[in-house]
Amino acid sequence: MKILDRPVALELRNVTKTFGKVVANQNVNLTVYKGEILAVLGENGSGKTTLMNMISGIYFPDGGHIVIDSKPAVIASPKDAFKYGIGMVHQHFKLVDVFNATENIILGMENEKKYRPKEAEAKIRAICEKYGFKIDLSKKIYQMSVSEKQTVEIVKVLYRGAELLILDEPTAVLTPQETERLFAVLRKMRDDGKSIIIITHKMHEVLSLSDRIAVLRKGEHVGTVETANATEASLTELMVGKKVELNIERTDPHDCTDRLTVEHINLTGADGVKVLSDISFTARSGEILGIAGIAGSGQRELLELIAGLLKPDSGRILYKDPKKGGEVDLRNKTPMQIRDMGVRLSFVPEDRLGMGLVGNMDLTDNMMLRSYSRGKSAFLDRKKPKDLAEEIVESLEVVTPGVSTPVRRLSGGNVQKVLVGREISLSPTVLMAAYPVRGLDINSSYTIYNLLNRQKEHGVAVIFVGEDLDVLIELCDRIMVINAGRITGIVEGRNAVKEELGVMMTMSKPNGSFEESRRAESEENRNE
Amino acid sequence: MNKQKTKAVREPLFHVVKKSDIPFWQAWLIRISAVIVALLLCALLIMLLIHANPLKVYRSMFDGAFGTVRRRWNLAQALVMLLCVSLAVTPAFKMRFWNIGAEGQVLVGGLATAAMMFYFGGKIPTPALFLVMTLASISASVLWAIIPALFKAKWDTNETLFTLMMNYVAMQLVTYFINTWVTSGSGTLSPMSEYGFPQVGPHKYFLNILVVAILTAAVYVYLRFSKHGYEISVVGESEKTAKYIGINVKKVIVRTMALSGVLCGIAGLLLVGGTNHTVNTSTVGGRGFTAIMVSWLAKFNPLYMILTSFLIVFLQAGAQQVSTDFRVNNSISDIVTSIILFFIIGCEFFINYKIIFNRRAKEDKK
Repeated sequence: MKILDRPVALELRNVTKTFGKVVANQNVNLTVYKGEILAVLGENGSGKTTLMNMISGIYFPDGGHIVIDSKPAVIASPKDAFKYGIGMVHQHFKLVDVFNATENIILGMENEKKYRPKEAEAKIRAICEKYGFKIDLSKKIYQMSVSEKQTVEIVKVLYRGAELLILDEPTAVLTPQETERLFAVLRKMRDDGKSIIIITHKMHEVLSLSDRIAVLRKGEHVGTVETANATEASLTELMVGKKVELNIERTDPHDCTDRLTVEHINLTGADGVKVLSDISFTARSGEILGIAGIAGSGQRELLELIAGLLKPDSGRILYKDPKKGGEVDLRNKTPMQIRDMGVRLSFVPEDRLGMGLVGNMDLTDNMMLRSYSRGKSAFLDRKKPKDLAEEIVESLEVVTPGVSTPVRRLSGGNVQKVLVGREISLSPTVLMAAYPVRGLDINSSYTIYNLLNRQKEHGVAVIFVGEDLDVLIELCDRIMVINAGRITGIVEGRNAVKEELGVMMTMSKPNGSFEESRRAESEENRNE
Repeated sequence: MNKQKTKAVREPLFHVVKKSDIPFWQAWLIRISAVIVALLLCALLIMLLIHANPLKVYRSMFDGAFGTVRRRWNLAQALVMLLCVSLAVTPAFKMRFWNIGAEGQVLVGGLATAAMMFYFGGKIPTPALFLVMTLASISASVLWAIIPALFKAKWDTNETLFTLMMNYVAMQLVTYFINTWVTSGSGTLSPMSEYGFPQVGPHKYFLNILVVAILTAAVYVYLRFSKHGYEISVVGESEKTAKYIGINVKKVIVRTMALSGVLCGIAGLLLVGGTNHTVNTSTVGGRGFTAIMVSWLAKFNPLYMILTSFLIVFLQAGAQQVSTDFRVNNSISDIVTSIILFFIIGCEFFINYKIIFNRRAKEDKK
């Protein structure tokens, strides 16, 4: 049966939502059929999540209707959404850590007058069997890996009788293998007649999983295509509104010398959990060293440690000065001391507005963050930072009303350009970037890749922590895989195979998954 | 998905949406209309409760603040003293250090000043006396301010509770010293006016006004243009960013609280050495707490704080006059003052948010 002949599950008619002057969704018309997987594709800020939040009752539309069973539906809360059989699995899981899977699944169910875990468990087991979920129902959430938690979320939604499931970027936290398993389950659910809406911006996943693809651009629904007729290029064009070149030009590294050598670093977190175990590697000038790993495997801590924000239990961080040739140990030095030693170390942290920049300050004041203390005067010199801000706005095409606009008002891509621009302006010898393209649209992402490549060509030792394995393989000269705080391998970027990296990221480890999930959890909390 | 369930859900009547930035004049228009609405509401209340002509009541408020030369000087004095304490709390607040102990910090400064007057008055030359008064006041206040700061920096204690508790310690100290000094049993230290600061300029309060005016400009410049001020902003906005760029957060916390202490010390000095010439537990008169409101209302900008402290002292002076003129107790003036403040603070909601009434809900009603 063709999809368009199937019964309609839900219809959006002229749905509009605005936040202040920002139009998040404008007159969106969209139909979801029963028994299909609809992918919603769009760049960041194109209104995908807002639209889904309106369907699941988190926001209320300013205009237009949501139609279910050919009657206008009023979805004013997630509870209403459940009444209509709509359930959403959010990017950040909403689970109670100290409860087990069953308890989380039945939590908050109104009809359950009495707490009967046995009956509920039987019902949950039936759901799991039907769709092929593998889950230990008595396991506590804090002991679970990210993928297991996601399973609990999905089962929870099904248990509540959802006929339409919305998944917001479900694969962002999964390895390639886990992603495949999830997709198999989703396909089974589709064949069972359920409707699934999946938000993602990983193009190849969209193409392999969905039946139809709805593309949003700047809050408007610019078209829905059958997946069979779509290609990566055609979708990108639809998303961006013009043809884009999606090539990363990787030049061969030359004149590589060791710049930063990390030796036997160990780090224990505040809760006594081992975060990094015996980490040793070398970053060389003129090459990009990629770091791959599941979120929360210790990547963030590793970079913060090198930048002087954390102190390791043991080990050395040796920096070779390109001019003087000497070697200095950066361990236990503060960022200020590292700078005073003449080490030009730039760091683009993962948390842009919480760490790299100050959201409420304007571009000029954010430029000063790194340089304000220069000179003996007790007063600030705002002239040079202002010039620098103007230069970055000009050269990186930052879209902003002016250099005296608070950076929090800029879009994600522009915020990142400001941050990367500032860090590069310090003419670094080592440039570390943690997830520099997270949340960026395609154009901005490629701008950032090119900036990193240009730094590499200038002889900078670039360390790049990424999450998209395809990009890591395309961009990096070497890829180091980190797994629960240990290095499980360093491979040549040109020979790397995605599946192999995936295996190295998840190989069973002596400490078990308990630790890893706890760390992933705290990572999540920090991001919220 | 049946009809009954659909009916059970009713569309909300309105929802609240955040506004993007609105022009300067529009924000002020909202604020001014808030004051007007507040005055109208108060007028209604006055008519209902004390059967007086609200215009006359407002007239009397205005008189209370500006009626005579003496009242105008008193108003100016009240304004600068409140402003001075507000200046003291502002740097810490900008750093998100919730110091609610300004009351105690000013009080110990005043106590130290009084102690110097008591022990050294008439025994050492006047210029030397003024010097030790100043030094003692400032050191006492700085001590009171940096104790919670050090604990916060070292052990991450809660500064709000800590500074609040220090207020009571300060008050007990004052009671203790007064009981030691005053042997007559009256429990009050009579003014030592001969050792107070001499009159400068046209009026006895002129010195205080002058000092606070200079401080206001200095604090404004410090926060806006100095490297220290920049560090305070960064620490206040995001401690993580501060660490990322290598600011020593602990040092900034202690240094900023020490500055707050210096300003509190000056406030204590002016209150005791320049105004009352004596000390008691109500010397600061709640200014340490009112200052928090002044500072917040002005969004931590020292220049706006002139305006907000004026508003508060004007309301206080006016309200007092109303209770004398109309022979009512203080409650009615308190009510008027609170209504006006409530509207001024409440109108910020309408500056930041707008309410959208849902069209469909309205249509349903028709």
